[in-house]
Order: sequence, then C-alpha cells, then structure tokens
Amino acid sequence: MKVTVDEDRCCGAGQCVLLAPDVFDQRDEDGIVVLLDPAPRPDLHEAVREAAEVCPAAAIEIAEGP
Amino acid sequence: MAHVDDDHVLEYPIPSPAALEPPPEWAELRTGCPVATVTLPSGDTATLLTRYDDVKQVLSDPRFARTAPGAARISSDESGGVFNSNMANALPQTGEGHQRWRRAVGRWFTAKRMAALRPQIEALADELIDTLRSAGAPADLKAHLGFPLPVWVICDLLGVPDSDRDRFAHWSDTLLNLTRYDLAEIRRSQTEFGAYMTEHVAAKRAAPGEDLLSALIAGSEEEGGLTDGELVATGQALLVAGHETTANMIGKMVGMLLADRSRWERLVADPSLVRTAVEEVLRFDANPGFGMPRFLTEGARVADTDLPPGTTVVCSMAAANRDATAFDGAEDMDLARSPNPHLTFGVGPHSCLGQALARTELQAVLDVLVRRLPTLELAVPAAELRRVEGLAVGGLRELPVRW
Repeated sequence: MKVTVDEDRCCGAGQCVLLAPDVFDQRDEDGIVVLLDPAPRPDLHEAVREAAEVCPAAAIEIAEGP
Repeated sequence: MAHVDDDHVLEYPIPSPAALEPPPEWAELRTGCPVATVTLPSGDTATLLTRYDDVKQVLSDPRFARTAPGAARISSDESGGVFNSNMANALPQTGEGHQRWRRAVGRWFTAKRMAALRPQIEALADELIDTLRSAGAPADLKAHLGFPLPVWVICDLLGVPDSDRDRFAHWSDTLLNLTRYDLAEIRRSQTEFGAYMTEHVAAKRAAPGEDLLSALIAGSEEEGGLTDGELVATGQALLVAGHETTANMIGKMVGMLLADRSRWERLVADPSLVRTAVEEVLRFDANPGFGMPRFLTEGARVADTDLPPGTTVVCSMAAANRDATAFDGAEDMDLARSPNPHLTFGVGPHSCLGQALARTELQAVLDVLVRRLPTLELAVPAAELRRVEGLAVGGLRELPVRW
C-alpha cells in the first residue's frame, strides 16, 4: 500500500489522526495533514482505508499493491 | 403529508411526523425529485438537494460559499438569519482568504489537541451525572448534561467566564432562531454580542491567558494573522457553534440510543462501540436543523440539471445520510458501521472546523454515561419527545430519563 496526501485540499478535520495515528499527524502551525508513513505496515491498512474513505476533503489517496 | 410532485412547491424546512423520525418526503425527493424547488421561511425560493452524491458535490466545490449579495434570505426577517449575519460576513468566505483564516483557527482544533481535553471533559461529565443522580429520576438529561457540558468546554477554550452563559445562550438563540424574534430584537442582540466580544478581545490583548483567543491575538501580530474584526467574529462564531450544536446533539444521541433500548444494551455490553456509535448517531440524526446553504456565483450542473448563477442551494446532509446508494441499510442504525462517511459535518473546505471537538465531547459523554448509568431509559415513550421548533440547529425540547 502506498499513501499520498494533498495538503492543499486538507481541511484539518483530523479524522485520519484519530483513526491511524501511526500514519497521519497534523502540523502544529496550521492543522494540516502530515504523512508520517507513506508505506504503512499491513496491520494498519484497514485503518488507513477508513481514514481515506471518511476524509471530508478527499485529501488521502491510496494505491493498493504489494 | 405534503406530496412531492412538479406542481407543488415544498415549504422548507419540511415538518416531521415525530421528533426522531425523518420526513417521508426525503425518500420521495431522493428518488423522484433530487433537485427540488422549495420556499424558505423568508418566502424566498431555493433549490433543495437530498442525494448523497449531489450534496457532496456542491459542498466540496471550492467556488461556492454560504452566502453572497443576492442570495435567498433564510429567515422571515430582513436580517436573513445566522448565515447572512454581520458576524458571518466579517470572516472571509472563499478562496485564499478563507483558507488563511481556516488554518489560523484550525490549528487550535486538531485531533491531538482535542484528545488532550478528553480527561477534563470526562471529569466534567462525571460531575454533571452526579448532579443528575441527586436530582432524582425522572430528570431532563438535556438540562443536566447535554447543555452545560459543551457550553462549559467552549467557554473554557475561549477564556470567557462560564457565568456569562445565560447571555451567550440568548445571543446564540437570536442568531440561530429562524422565526421567533423580530428584527429589532435580533439587531439589539447582535450589537450587544459584538460589543461584548470586542471588549473581551481587548481585555485578552491587555492580559493574555492560556486560552484560544489569547493565542489567536498573539498570532494576529504575525503575517497572515487575523484582523481585529476577524478576531471578534471568530470568537462569536465559535461561541455560537459550541453552544447549540453539540448541546443538542447530546440529547438527540441519547434519545436515539434509548428509543430502541436494544441499542443502549449493546453499548453497555460492548463500550468499545462508542466511537462508531457516535458516527452512526451523527449519520442517523433526522432532526439536524436547516442544512447548509450555498450560493452559486457561477452556473453548476448537479444531478443532470443545469443550475444558473444566482441559485441558492440548500444541502440536506441528513437526507443525503439516508441515501441507500451511499450506505448499506441506510434506514437502519448500525452501531458498528465502518467506514461511515456521513455528511453531518459537511465536506470540503468549509466542513465543520470543530468536528474533532464535537467528536471528543460526544464520545466522552457516551463513555461516561454507559459506565455510570447502564440502566438508563426514557421516562416517556419516544413518540412523546418534542422538537425545538424554528432553530437553524435541530434539537429536542427535553429528554426525560430514569435509571
């Protein structure tokens, strides 16, 4: 799994941080997403998929793969 | 029941048969008339959207904001209600200006900052439940817990004294009520509220505290910081938003979970469901209030219909949240539903700034309630619950419970 985020779209809702804190964070200065791990380990995939599905700004993209 | 057809212009908001039930028109509109003409309380005309994809499309479109000169008025007086108020108009609505404001304020509402408040919120919920218990059953959960908790939290965040809460409640009500107050009362109230917040900002500038307003004032000295007018309007907007929305949602959340008590029992048996249960009550709320207006400054094509520039669109996120094309078993409450991409906080650049705070408050209250009052039940039949009428934010008048 490869994860990318779009900082310009991000609205700082923080759902991704609540669901997958090992993969996403928010910058202190403006609340915008920080991608901590673009290739998360398999046990985090479900939480990352959920984060992408519920992101209100559609700012998380996932490429599934080996 | 008003039948939905081409000749009939629906009045909006659409009345509901029961406090926790959606109007039957929602399902008819979604399938038969996804782009519907409605009349607002002001008498102005707007276009109502009820399908998931359409509501999401319009709310996500960065070109469109709540209002602009020429937009339909919402309420029955000339002030146009909260969405057209001076307060709303003092803040940048679109583009880079909006993004600058959003990021300056949004940094104080991150998931981590809100999660750090959780122990404090849970302790407050514990205290309020003590008071509820000593009042004895039956008691009104809205008055004892639903209202005081979020009001205290937002006052604390903004550094305004909790003892002024009766005044905030009145100012907030005059801004959010679509029908109850005359223009003179609304104007007087907005002037008082503006003066109060202006004074408060000046006091915080002179003697900063550990609160959000003091932090925003400090940030206003930097490049991209807020202007004085924006600081006052931001303080007002956060106070109003923190007042009515979560306060009413706590009552509706507990009401929905107790109306079919097997839901409550499932949570008591498995409190790990609290997080997904909160998302599901947010999706399932049939009484969310007005919805979200958008003014089309340019033409847009929605659901195969061309909407001309100058159209005021009303997005019913609650109707969209029941769209079977987006949710399996959309008419059933599933406390374990995941993912749950409901639209209750909106989507896109204007989605609710305080959503991490709202989620933290709702989860904290529900956790503590399930632990402290597992025998909780409604003290009246669910059919006897009554809605607050006329507010831009939906709620129950009271929630009588026993335990």
